[in-house]
Amino acid sequence: MSLLAVKGLQTSYGAVNVLAGVDFEVAAGETYALVGESGSGKTTVIRAIAGLAPAQEGSVRFNGREIRGLPERRLRPLRKDIAMMFQDPVGSLSPRLTIGSLVTEPYRIQGMKDRDLQAEAKRLLEMVNLPAHFASRYPYQLSGGQARRVGVARALALEPKLILADEPTAGLDVSVQGELLNLLNDLRERLGLAMVIITHNLNVVRHVADRMGIMYLGRLDEEGTTEDIFADPRHPYTRCLLSANPEPDPDARLVRIALRGEPPSLLNRPAGCEFRERCPFAQQGCTRTPQWETEGGRGLRCLAPLKSEQAA
Amino acid sequence: MSDTLLELDCLSVDYETSRGDLKALRDISFDVKKGEIVGIVGESGCGKSTLISSILRLTAPNTRFREGEIRFKGRNLLAASEKQMRDLRGADMSIVFQDPMQTHNPVLTIGRQMLDIQHRSRSPKAEKLARAARMLGALGIPDPEARLKQYPHEFSGGMRQRIAIAMALMSEPDLLIADEPTTALDATLEVQIIERLQELQREMNCAVLFISHHLGVIAELCDRVVVMYAGAVVESGEVREIFHNPKHPYTRRLIDCDPGHIKTRARVLPTIPGEVPDLAALPQGCVFRDRCTQAMPHCAAQVPPLSKLEEAHHAACWLNHGEVPA
Repeated sequence: MSLLAVKGLQTSYGAVNVLAGVDFEVAAGETYALVGESGSGKTTVIRAIAGLAPAQEGSVRFNGREIRGLPERRLRPLRKDIAMMFQDPVGSLSPRLTIGSLVTEPYRIQGMKDRDLQAEAKRLLEMVNLPAHFASRYPYQLSGGQARRVGVARALALEPKLILADEPTAGLDVSVQGELLNLLNDLRERLGLAMVIITHNLNVVRHVADRMGIMYLGRLDEEGTTEDIFADPRHPYTRCLLSANPEPDPDARLVRIALRGEPPSLLNRPAGCEFRERCPFAQQGCTRTPQWETEGGRGLRCLAPLKSEQAA
Repeated sequence: MSDTLLELDCLSVDYETSRGDLKALRDISFDVKKGEIVGIVGESGCGKSTLISSILRLTAPNTRFREGEIRFKGRNLLAASEKQMRDLRGADMSIVFQDPMQTHNPVLTIGRQMLDIQHRSRSPKAEKLARAARMLGALGIPDPEARLKQYPHEFSGGMRQRIAIAMALMSEPDLLIADEPTTALDATLEVQIIERLQELQREMNCAVLFISHHLGVIAELCDRVVVMYAGAVVESGEVREIFHNPKHPYTRRLIDCDPGHIKTRARVLPTIPGEVPDLAALPQGCVFRDRCTQAMPHCAAQVPPLSKLEEAHHAACWLNHGEVPA
C-alpha cells in the first residue's frame, strides 16, 4: 500500500480550475518530484494534500485513510505525520521568534508538554548541522542556506512520515544547494522519510527523486522513474522541458525544442489536448482529448507520444 | 583602447558600519568591450550587488569608494556629478533586475511605464507608444498594442521579465546590466529569455554585464567570465578557458558543485565546506585559503595578485606561480 495516494484531485478558485484531476502515489521512504512551469499547479497540489488549499473533488489517502476535506480539528493530529517545508525560507520563519522557539513550535502546537524544548532544539539543530547556539538567534541573523536548514529542522521535529517540500533549493548557491540535498538524502536514509519535492531545477530532480511527475495546466502529463523520464521522455512537453536545461559547458551542443506561444489561460482551457497549440509535434488527431494512461510504472497523457529513438 | 566600453581599475569599495569597515570590493579590475557579453559569477556575499550599484552609482549612503576608478567610455564615473550620472542611467546604460514581480509599478499600465521611460524623447505620444509596442513584439509578447493597456498583474512572471528587458533596451543603451534576470523563472522561460537577449544584443550590438550564479546560463551566453569570491576577482578569462581550464581552486570547486555536470544519480553531491570570511575582519593572505584543499603556508602570508597566465586569462592563486616569493 502507498503511503500517499492522490486520485482525481481537483481545485478551483471560482471559475479558475487550478487542478484538473491529479493522480499519483508515493510509497513509504520514496522521493517523488513534481516539475512543471510556473502556474502549472505544483504548489497547489502539495498545499491541498496538507489541507492548506481547498480541493473540491478527488481523494487524498494517507496511510489508507481519506484525508481530503477533513476539518481543521481532525487535520491537526495528522500534521504530526505530514510536514511542510515552505518556499520562502526566511519569510516562513516568524521574525519575532528565536530559532529555538521556531523549531520547537510544533511540540507546543501539538500539546506535547512533556518535552524538554531546549534539549529538542539542540537535537534538531544538530541534525541539520547548525550549531546549538543558533537557538537564541533571530531569523534576520541567518543566511538563506541557514534559514533553509531551520525549515528542515522544524519539518523534522515531529518525526513525520511524509515531507512536502516546495522548492527546497530555490535561491541557494550551488555549494550550499549540494549541502541541503545531501542532508535531505541522508535524513531520508536514516529516518525512512517519504518526500514530495517541487522544483523547476531538473539537475536537482536527477539527484534526489526516485520518481517524477511532469505537470502542465493542473494535470500530470507524464510520470515515471526519474531515470526513465530523463532517458526516454515520451510526452513532447517533457522533452521540451528537458531540452531547456542549460549545460555548464560552453561547448555543449544543445538541441533545443522550443515551445510555441504562451501557456493558455486557465479560464479558457483549449479543447482537445491542452498542450496542442504549443506542441512542436502536434498532429491532426490531437484535437481529441487525451486520457491519463498508465503502463509498466509509466503514466502518460498524449495522443501522439514520442518514440524512444526520437528522444536522442 | 577605443573598443573598451567599461573599465574597472583597481576598484575598492567599503561600507562603513558600527563594526568597522566592511571591505565589500577589493582591487577589482576587469573590462567590458563594446558589444561583448561578460558574465560575473559568484555566490552570495561575493560583492556582485555592490559592483552593480557602484557602476550605476546607486550606492547606499554608507558606501565609501576607497580607491580605483570606474571608467565608462573613458570617463571616470566616480568623479561624475549626480546630474551627469542621471543622464547616463537609462540612456547609455540600463539595468534589468532580478525579480520581475517587483520591477514594475503595479498601479500603472505597462504602456504608461513604457512612455515614462522615453521621457527624454520629444517624439509625439503615439510614436512613443508605437515604439513600445515594437519593442514588446521583438521580445515575443503577442498582441503588443492591446497589452500596453494592461497592468503588470495581468502578465506572467516570464512576460514581466521580458517587458523589463524591453524597457531597458528602449534607449538602445551601450551597456545593459542584467542582475540574475532568469533566477526567478523556470527552465523553459529561462531559455526563451536568454535566446531573446542574445538576438537583441546582436542586433543592437550593446554590451551586456550578466550577473548570475547559474553556471549553465553563463556557459551558454557569455563571451568572457569574471569569477568573484568574497569581494575580489579570483579569476577571469574567455568562457571556454574558465570552464575547461580553470586556474583557481575556487572556480574548479564551483564548477564541480554544479549538479548539471553529474549525469547519474549521486548519493553525495560535492560541496565547498566552510563559510565565506567576514568582510569586516578579513584574514591575512588569500581569502579562499580556509576553504581551499590545496592551500600552502605562503597563502596565509600574502594576498595572491591577479596575474596574467595567458592572453586574456587571469587568476589570483599562488599555485600558478612557479616560484613562491619568500
